[in-house]
Formats: sequence, C-alpha cells, structure tokens
Amino acid sequence: MTDIAVFRAEGIGKSYPGVRANDDVSFSVRAGEIHALLGENGAGKSTLVKMIYGLVRPDDGQMWLAGSLHAPADPRAARAAGVAMVFQHFSLFDALTVAENIALGMESPPPRRELSARITKVSHDFGLPLNPARRIVTLSAGERQRVEIIRCLLQDPRLLIMDEPTSVLTPQEAELLFATLRKLAAGGTAILYISHKLDEIRAHCDRATILRHGKVVDSCDPRAHSARDLAAMMVGGQMRVIDRSGRQAGEVLLQVTALSQPAPNAEGTALKDVALTLRAGEILGIGGVAGNGQEELLAALSGEVRSAPGSVVLEGTDLSAQGPEPRRVAGLLTAPEDRLGHAAVPDFSLTENTLLTAGARKGLVRRGMIDHGAARDYALAVIQGFDVRTPGPHVPARALSGGNLQKFVIGREVMQDPRVLVVNQPTWGVDAGAAAAVRQSLLDLARQGAGVIVISQDLDELLELSDRFCALNEGRLSPPVPTEGLTLDRIGLMLGGAHGMEEARP
Amino acid sequence: MILLVPRQTASNGWQIATPVMAVLATMVTGGLLFAIMGYDPVAAIRTIFWDPLFGPAASYSRPQLLIKAAPLILIASGLAIGFRAGIWNIGAEGQYIIGALTGAAVALALYPLEAWWLFPLMVLAGLAGGWAWGMIPAMLRNWFGASEILVSLMLVYVAQRVAAWMAFGPMRNPEGMGFPGSRNLQQYPSAANPELIAGTGAHWGVVAAALAVLATWVLMSRHIRGFHIRAAGTAPRAARFAGVSPTTLVAFCLGLSGALAGAAGLFEVAGPAGQVTDKLGTGYGFTAIIVAFLGRLHPVGILLAGLLLALTYIGGELAQLTMSLPAATVQVFQGMLLFFLLGFDVLTRFRIRRRLRA
Repeated sequence: MTDIAVFRAEGIGKSYPGVRANDDVSFSVRAGEIHALLGENGAGKSTLVKMIYGLVRPDDGQMWLAGSLHAPADPRAARAAGVAMVFQHFSLFDALTVAENIALGMESPPPRRELSARITKVSHDFGLPLNPARRIVTLSAGERQRVEIIRCLLQDPRLLIMDEPTSVLTPQEAELLFATLRKLAAGGTAILYISHKLDEIRAHCDRATILRHGKVVDSCDPRAHSARDLAAMMVGGQMRVIDRSGRQAGEVLLQVTALSQPAPNAEGTALKDVALTLRAGEILGIGGVAGNGQEELLAALSGEVRSAPGSVVLEGTDLSAQGPEPRRVAGLLTAPEDRLGHAAVPDFSLTENTLLTAGARKGLVRRGMIDHGAARDYALAVIQGFDVRTPGPHVPARALSGGNLQKFVIGREVMQDPRVLVVNQPTWGVDAGAAAAVRQSLLDLARQGAGVIVISQDLDELLELSDRFCALNEGRLSPPVPTEGLTLDRIGLMLGGAHGMEEARP
Repeated sequence: MILLVPRQTASNGWQIATPVMAVLATMVTGGLLFAIMGYDPVAAIRTIFWDPLFGPAASYSRPQLLIKAAPLILIASGLAIGFRAGIWNIGAEGQYIIGALTGAAVALALYPLEAWWLFPLMVLAGLAGGWAWGMIPAMLRNWFGASEILVSLMLVYVAQRVAAWMAFGPMRNPEGMGFPGSRNLQQYPSAANPELIAGTGAHWGVVAAALAVLATWVLMSRHIRGFHIRAAGTAPRAARFAGVSPTTLVAFCLGLSGALAGAAGLFEVAGPAGQVTDKLGTGYGFTAIIVAFLGRLHPVGILLAGLLLALTYIGGELAQLTMSLPAATVQVFQGMLLFFLLGFDVLTRFRIRRRLRA
C-alpha cells in the first residue's frame, strides 16, 4: 500500500432546500486502499458520491483526483478522469447480451469480437467468470453486478465507487466480490466502499470515514474498533430523554403470529415468520435498513396482501383474509411510506384523497354514494388539525410539498380515531417542524389508548417515540426490546445485522 | 426553438378546446385532401357536416342520426369506464356481434310466440352475451396475465366467424328460400325494436344510450366504485391501498363494457338491421373507441362525440351518393379525428414555450 492520495476532498458542502446534505466534508482515499464510507440513511453518503461521479455539483469546497482538480460537469467527464461507479440498482438491458450491454456504455466501443475477448480476459484476471455472450435476463443478481463491475474495470479506473454492493448478493457472491476488490486494490486502484454492514466493513476495509448529518464525524481504522464502537460513531453517542408520560400499556390490540410472505417481486423481501404483539396505549418501533421488508410488512398489515389464517388478529378478530377496507372498518389503519402514488393519488384533490381511506369510518360514503360535502369538510378538518399549508382542499395532492402532504396523510388516518395505526417512515423527507407535529400526533394517539406501530429508519425518532423496539432484518423481525435503557450502539448492532442480539439479552 | 413544459395539473380549458380543435383540423385537412382529389372542398365538407341535418334531404337523414349515434354512445359509455381505469377493451365490436347473436337467438328459438316479456328477455340475453364475450379477455388477463388489448381484439374476428356460421347455419331462416340470414325480427312484433316516435329514429337503443350516459355519469362522479376506477387509472398502488382488487376491477370493466356493447348489438339486430347476417358487425365497436376519446371519457362528451361521429357516417354516405366521393372517406375522417385529438392532447398536459436560440 502506498501513501499517495488518489482522491482528496476538502470542505465539500451541498445544500438542498431545507437540508444541508453535506457540510465541510474532507477526506482522502489512498491508492490501493479500500475505504469505507459509513453512515445512516440520510447521513449524506449518496450526495457525496454523486458529487464525485459528476451527477451533482458541490456548492463549496474542492476535490482532487490524482493530483489535479476534479470538478466533473457530468458523469462522462468523471469517467474520463478515472472515476467509475457501480450503483446499487443496475442499469442493464435484459434482452441484450453482456457484451452488448458493456458496448452500450462505452464512448467508442471496439469491435465486438475484440471486446468479448477483453471481457473474458478481465473477468478471469479478477476471478469474476462471465460469458460475454450470455443474455442479461439469464443472469443472477450477483452475475449482473459482475457485468457492472467489469464495465467499470474496462475503463481502468483510478477510483472505483461501490454503492452498497453486497445488498443484492448471497454470502458466497459477497466473498467473491471482496476477493476481486482486494486484487484490484493490490493493483493500485482506490476503492470507495459504501455500506452500513458493519461486520463487512470491519473485515474488508482499510479505513473508514464516518458521516453523520452531512458532516465527517470520525475517521478510523475499522479493524481496530468493534462493531459496537462503529455503530456508536455512526448514530452519535448520546441518548435522549424520552417523555412517555400518560401512557399505559393496556390490553392486547394486535397480534401478529407466524406471518410469512414470499417476496412480491425480484427486488422485494420475503417476510419470514414475523410475530409481534401490540397493546393499547403502546408505541412499537420497528427499525431497519431500507429494503429489509418494511414495505412488505406494511402491505401485510394494511390488507393489500393477504396472509395465512390467524396471522393478523385485531382484538380477537382474524383479519388475515380481509382486504384494506374491512380492516379499516375494524380499526386497523395504515399509512405507507410512499406519499405520492401510494398513500395519496397525485392528481386527485385533497378532498378526493380523503375518500381513499376515510370513506367508511367518517361516513363520507353511504351505500356506495359519495358525500362530496362531507369529504370536503373532513379534508378541511385534517388541513386545520394538522396545520397542512395549502390554499384549500381543492388542491391536487401533487401540488403539496412533501412535508405538508405527509401531515395530510398521517392526519387523515389519525383523525379517523383508529384502534391500531401502522406508519412507515412517517417523517421521511419532512422538515423538522412538520416532523415534530407528526410525532406528537402519534404520541397523542397512543395516549388516547390506540396502539401505534412506527416503522422507521430514523433511530432518533424510534427512540423518542417507542416503548419497545424491534429490528427488521432481511424480512425477520427480532424479539422486542424495551426502549428504556436501550443504547444507540445496541440498536446499531441490531440493525447492522450483527447477530447475537437474542443471546445477549438478559 | 419550441419547448414543451409540463403543466402541474391538466388544463381544464384545453380539455374542452382540444376536441373542438381536432374537429376543425379534420375539416381543414379533409378539405385539402378533397381538393387534391379534385372535389370542391367546401361542398364536400358541407355535404358531410351540414346537409345531413339541414340540407334538402334532411328529412330522410335526420332520423339516421339517432340510429347511428345510439350504439356508438352505448358502447363508448362502457369503454370509457375501462379506459379510465387503464383497462383497454378494444374488442367491443366482437361483444356487439355476440350480444346481437344471443339476443336474436332467444327470439328465433321462441318464434312465433308473442309475449310482452320477449323483448326484455332478448335485451337480457344481449347483455349476457356481450358480458360473457368480454369476460374471456378479463379471465385470461386475471389468470394468465394475457394482454386484454390483444385478446379482446382477436376475439372480434372470432365473433365475426361465429356470426357468419350462424347466418349460414343454425339461425338461417327456414322459410328464406335458402338465402343466408335469419328471419327478419322487425316482422316479428314481440321481438322487434321499433321506432318509438315516428320520424325521429328513436328506438329502445336510443333510450338505453341515454340511460347509459346518465348511469355512467352517476357511477363515475358520485359512486365510490367510479372513484376507485379513476384512482386505479392514475395511481394503481394507491387504489390497491384503498382496497381495490385489481382482478375484480378488470372483470368489472371488461364485463360492463362487454354487456353494453352486447345490448347495442341486440338493439341493432332487432331494429335497424332486422336480421342476423354475416355482416352483423359494421364497425360501431371500433368507432366507439374514437367516440370515447373524443368525448374525453366523460359521459356528456361521449354524448356529443357520438352524435358527431354519427354525422360523419351519414354525411359520408350522402357524399358518396351526391358527389361520388369514395366510400373510404368516412374512415379517413374518423381516423384523422382521432389522430388530431391525440396530437392536440399534448396541449392539455404541456405548455408550449418559445425559446430563442442564443
């Protein structure tokens, strides 16, 4: 390993409306080094690499690549300068072959035969066997990723950025990937590796830069620290004081037992034997990294997906065979993560959007006929009750800002006085004021005796709200742990996939 | 340089203006076409759009307006509901033919029985026949994911063969001296769909079309099912979240549009057409697609668009007779109408901005 910094960033800053995504970020990646970029969701990792790859321009600061100033206008310029990136989501054409896909991404592709030979050679040199004549559609996720990696390697990059590469891989494929990265690093390429899998980073990375709220909070050798320490650095060490006054866990409201669901599609996650019990007046927090089954769990609770008999029981009534509407009538309400297009119809007015979920409980629909006046009144009530900033209930949902629409969507459910409310990412992308309002409404709801499940990736939020905490990991839900006395590093471990939580419990 | 800038919400003004612009553009382009072909464009346009209503032979052609518009409106009302939900029934023509056959079959089986309930029973049979034919693509889509567009379209050709078989085989008039075609239902009082008010062309199908316009308007703007249909068309995930089952919706939309097309077929075979022949399908099922879009998938719009398209049918025939314009004129006109409508539709969702090149 040499000591030359291939890439260096100094004082990089980037702001989006209402968010400081990156603030004074400085770090460097040496030749032959696998450098981890570590941080929670929303810590600013992806903004940072987008700037390096020329997708976004920094507001402040400067970057250097191999000694010269690096200010790419677009990804093409970044590639020309020697930056290559493997994205989490592949951009491959299913119907084309490996060679054709790689040729498509090149500025001036060589003749097909020559290209195929180079692909075969590179893939063997790096231990990534790949047949250039195979069609993408026949490849596994790991093999598709190889195509992306080989596409990058053919450019002879100085800096290779990998965005959560192992999230789609089997453990064996991941091992193969790391062997490849080692070989590549030994050849002098600098590798910037983004992940929140702590074990993986400790095993394979030489150095780690840790981001929190857009700032570099630490830089260390991950091998010299425990996963617990890294988690603490990632989420910040301090605990918040949580006020749970006036809340008393009562009778069991919702009982989920042996809930298993196959993955809905290739990108989905299967739910594996999920079990939970929710009591009146209680808030249960479910944490987890995105894509570990959050959406699938919400769909199984909302009724969009039916499950085995007896798996979802509300106050003694088996709802597992019921669709969303009967579940709402019974008192089980949900608010999905995706506001536009899932929780609300973008083109419909707020008045019409009340009809999506509140028709039965609020008497907006009687014997199938819509009472438009009542719907408008309810939309107005939600707008006033939740301080939704909008000219009026006639405004289409898409015209609202994310935070305002989120307040509307949560308000629409909360004001229906549910027995159980399940929310997914209730404050994602919402400004601080709106987020506080949403959280307060959930606390109030629980205080009035409802049960609330909060699925979130925001650990602070989960600690602030929930009485008990579970982690959702690859479709499995951990047993609940009381939030009181729970430290952030322990949560970090539960989320990061460092198993042994069960054994560690007293 | 001209830029298209997306609008935040579809413009209401343009929603109404674009069909009108499409009609005008069709007239202008059609006129140009006639001029190139050596006809007097003004006279041709007048013959097609004006003379059927106010010309010298209007007393003959005016009743035809309702006769032609009724099936178009009836079919388009059903189609529009599916189109709103993103379910594309392109095979109304086939459902129309099968509805005509099943309805006529009831009358032919019971001939010469005279009873007040015969005609209502035929209507039910027509609805059921069209419904069943529409349910084939619905089931294939729900069970196997087959495209309802292709299946419903291909079933049109199957239906046409069935009609030919019936006309030459099982339904042939036993007293028809061996000619193909069934008994004439207009001469069978209990089964006939007569002109209700002399000189207007209004038969029971016109009444049904009016009811369909009213009922679909109530469904789409006042009923929760209509709300769900509209939601499914623009945000399918949100509709599922609301509790709409996609498979039920497919069956509902294809079944309903099939049933209405089947009823239209029955009214036609028991009325203006009179008998089952191998030429049962006259293209109403396809033209109704244009009617649905020209009418903005809105019941009132469909009413107006149905009348307009009926006018092109009658005017086209008139132009054939008086000016010897080619028979394909009507189809060219209808095609242009849809073409211009879809083209101008860009304006409802985008603004046009001019930018000068630097």
